[in-house]
Amino acid sequence: MSKTRRISCLAAAASVLALAAAACGAPEEEDNDRGAVPDDATDCANYEQYGDLEGETVTVLGSIRDAEADEMTEAWEYFQSCTGATVEYEGTGEFESDMAVRVDGGNAPDVALFPQPGLMSNFTDTLVPASEELTALTTEGWTEDWVNYGTVDGTLYASPHSSNAKSFIWYSPSFFADNGYEVPATWDDLIALSDEIAASGVTPWCAGFESGGATGWPGTDWIEDIVLRESTDLYDQWVTHEIPFNDPQIVAAIDKAGSVLQNEEYVYGGTDTISATAFQEAGFPIIDGGCAFMRQASFYGAMWPAGTNVAEDGDVFAFRFPETNEGDNTMLVGGEFVAAFSDSEATEAFRQFLASELYHNARLQTGPWSTARQGVDPANATTPINQFATEILTDPAVTVRFDGSDLMPGAVGASSFWTGIIQWVDGDKTSQQMADDIEASWP
Amino acid sequence: MSTRTADQAARIGETRGERLRRVLSSRAASVVAIVIAALWTIPTLGLFVSSLRPDEDIRTTGWWNFFADPGSVSLYNYNYVLYSDSQGGGLIINLINTVVITIPGVVVPVAFAAMAAYALSWIKFRGRNLLYVGIFALQVVPLQMALIPLLSIFSSGLHIGGMTIIPAWDLEGVNTLIQVWIAHSIFGLPLAIFLLHNFMRELPGDVMEAARIDGASHSQIFRKVVLPLVTPAIASIAIFQFLWVWNDFLVGRTFAPGEATRPLTAVLGDMAGTWGFGWTRLPAAAFIAIVVPLVVFLLLQRYFVRGLLAGSVKG
Amino acid sequence: MNISAYLDRFGLLAVGLVAFAAVLLALYGLAELASRRDRNRAVAFVFLAPAVLFLLIGLVYPAVRTVVMSFYDAKSENFVGLDNYVWAVTDPDALQILVNTAMWIVIVPLLSTALGLVYAVLIDGRAGEKVYKALVFLPMGISFVGASIIWKFVYQYNGAGGEQIGLLNQVVVWLGGSPVNWLNESPWNNLLLMVVLVWIEVGFATVVLSAALKGVPTEIVEAARIDGASPSEIFWNVTVPSIRSAIIVVAVTVFIATLKLFDIVRAMTQGHHGTDVLAHNMVEQAFRLFERGRGATLAVLLFLLVVPVVIYQVRNMRRQEMETR
Repeated sequence: MSKTRRISCLAAAASVLALAAAACGAPEEEDNDRGAVPDDATDCANYEQYGDLEGETVTVLGSIRDAEADEMTEAWEYFQSCTGATVEYEGTGEFESDMAVRVDGGNAPDVALFPQPGLMSNFTDTLVPASEELTALTTEGWTEDWVNYGTVDGTLYASPHSSNAKSFIWYSPSFFADNGYEVPATWDDLIALSDEIAASGVTPWCAGFESGGATGWPGTDWIEDIVLRESTDLYDQWVTHEIPFNDPQIVAAIDKAGSVLQNEEYVYGGTDTISATAFQEAGFPIIDGGCAFMRQASFYGAMWPAGTNVAEDGDVFAFRFPETNEGDNTMLVGGEFVAAFSDSEATEAFRQFLASELYHNARLQTGPWSTARQGVDPANATTPINQFATEILTDPAVTVRFDGSDLMPGAVGASSFWTGIIQWVDGDKTSQQMADDIEASWP
Repeated sequence: MSTRTADQAARIGETRGERLRRVLSSRAASVVAIVIAALWTIPTLGLFVSSLRPDEDIRTTGWWNFFADPGSVSLYNYNYVLYSDSQGGGLIINLINTVVITIPGVVVPVAFAAMAAYALSWIKFRGRNLLYVGIFALQVVPLQMALIPLLSIFSSGLHIGGMTIIPAWDLEGVNTLIQVWIAHSIFGLPLAIFLLHNFMRELPGDVMEAARIDGASHSQIFRKVVLPLVTPAIASIAIFQFLWVWNDFLVGRTFAPGEATRPLTAVLGDMAGTWGFGWTRLPAAAFIAIVVPLVVFLLLQRYFVRGLLAGSVKG
Repeated sequence: MNISAYLDRFGLLAVGLVAFAAVLLALYGLAELASRRDRNRAVAFVFLAPAVLFLLIGLVYPAVRTVVMSFYDAKSENFVGLDNYVWAVTDPDALQILVNTAMWIVIVPLLSTALGLVYAVLIDGRAGEKVYKALVFLPMGISFVGASIIWKFVYQYNGAGGEQIGLLNQVVVWLGGSPVNWLNESPWNNLLLMVVLVWIEVGFATVVLSAALKGVPTEIVEAARIDGASPSEIFWNVTVPSIRSAIIVVAVTVFIATLKLFDIVRAMTQGHHGTDVLAHNMVEQAFRLFERGRGATLAVLLFLLVVPVVIYQVRNMRRQEMETR
């Protein structure tokens, strides 16, 4: 027990008498796949290019919080000690409104980690475009699809940071092995297998769309996954509003999702529980055979209860959302983009650092994370699922599309789409009504 | 007690039937009062019980199951939120921030409001009522709409034409807390002035008049006559403002950005982590945030009641 | 974290408080100077200056800016006249918000004041009155964020088959019913959210009204009783009129708090399922959907809703001034 800790204890005891009972001591750190900064990232020689930034401060605002934020800042540690710069990170649960208030109030952070490219495009008036060096780093490090998402009106503003593979379906490898099921390769196989599982008396699907302030988003991912697999062009037209939201092809895609999500035979606990089931816990029945599948992104790997073996031969793992058309190789993705509101030397250096292969390799090793940065070694990922995701994300052969609801205007992508999907899954609206309403809300 | 004498008075000359009815209705009243008190307490009790349960239990079973198995107490969540080095923990520093924010956030607006309320109720000048009504109406300006303009005054100053009326502040680090003090003072003023004005207006005019005739100046009357008389009212308004500042998170996080200066409540909502998975920590954290205002209120309840009594009795 | 972190903060606090004391002394000195010359206006100016200055910068200027913005488009670039107002009263979603807000500002102040009054009367003079009062006042000390967490444990819904962790659904199950997804059931979910605010505000109403009750002269009550008035007649004709001004203060304060309500909706439903209210949607429009004009318009509607209360207050003041004259 350190001295400062003891002082904290005293302060705590003094200010919160009732809680003095709480044992004063460091809570035991859980072993949650946390690694350390790798050797070559601790070597200051690798940071010389950023120059001497002694006394400079870079403020960073992002939506990443808690343990994930710790792991992230750990990977920044050596950038700070080697260059002398201080990086102050702040994570917020109200990223959008905090950004809006601070930027309009003239108090923008130096760097913002935008979780949606669409949101970033609202701030182009005040954003600092990528420098030549940063542009070079970004085009070298990411595929064209990714670079495009950091670009607004032909100007590159941001390099990608983390990336999540969203087109994943979670399942239990042991449950599959016991019953002789095989991972389906096409949508039709998936439905055939679902029917088989349903016939055996197990509800094949788990689903939960509740997510506090963003309730509904897991449902929008479902629709996006299906539209993307109909055709990439259709997906792009839909997201950019070249075709209306209530285009017959989109309505058909929603109906297709409905063949799973609105099927009473299919959904664990009944379709009416989807909108109220927290997405974080929705997949848990997979572990004890309550259901067989749940569609959720790679980051879901961190949410399984302690003690769950997340591996290809373990309790749970994920397979890629099957393609509808033969020969397609698509992946729906999410992630953050590093944009800057300051052109200071330290900010520029920090942006370049965040776009470097060195950083991405290091970050893979400080905790569960996945990235699309070319040149990283997926084996550096701390968990099998993140290794799997990073392999897919860094594969140039995979066609990557960003989460569509994050690209649509906020009034749709972060509002009417969420609401619509909830009303639809609750059975209050048909696919056509839902699509019509969302189309009407498009600004 | 006045009510007791009233009761005794009522007993004289009542018939048997009347007495029965009175006892019955008193029983019914007891039951209703107890029911209301219970209904009002149960949700908080649920939070407290939840904060003492292990994560797994919070997630899977209702808090009332705790009573079937009281042995399952776990202080893990308290320990985590107070002392963990990770982002979701270490509330101690935030608790200190809250204290540092709250003290000036209460003292400044209450002092200014007392002065303003005195002027509005006892100094005669033209436009007094208009000014009072204007301040009253300002209560409704939504805080959220005031954030951006005020923030931009702090960060880039206020300029009209080419003239700089207020220069930019450029505060950094812990010093940004000064902005929070000012913001809280501003947002607390309208309600404080409204309530204090209500109290001060009710003070007996002849006392003031007597003091004036004795040659006392306004500032002397304010200090020697009015302040002692309205001390209970000031105490009760200070408690209000205290509760508001302590429980606020929007103002704190807007005007003092950065992890280092966040108040307790600002961290509360974010404790659950990026994907809200750590929500089982929230009961413990919320309870920590609740304890202090509750203790303060219970200790100062007497003043609170007396203060309100002073102002709102006269019809 | 180390000791210097504490010293930084408490040092700042000390400096701040000393500086503030200096400002107060200076103001007092100025007021004293002005008083000596017996100039009311100058004294009033000194007394009012700090408050008025703060309010001008922090509230009046933002209010004016908001009104101006409400006539401009989403980016505050082009003048659009009354377009935003037309949107607010014709768009079905916006109308829903207005209807919800209307329900809130009628139901919550009414219910809070009424319950507070009933409870105050019930516990008046009862043994353990302080405990009763403290229990009901307890929620007042709880932040909206905290309150939302508390009520999550009441309204939570876990599917028909699952174990309920929400108290309300568990009670339904105990009574033999099947659980309900409360917060999704429009329009009843609005009432459930109102319950949270009522839960917070009743304590305030109780404390104020209970204090006021103690001030009702017993002679009047006795006289009424001797005249044969029934308890309910006494209540309506004697008690209520005597504490009228306290009731008004409570109702007005709760009314304004209700109008500005944001956090409960934010934390519990985010305005989904038909539960949005003015203050919450205003923030949505302004900061999340980047519809600055619409956000400002909703804020102006908030001002407008208070106008009747302001008028009432003015008339009240006039009347009281007449009485004192």
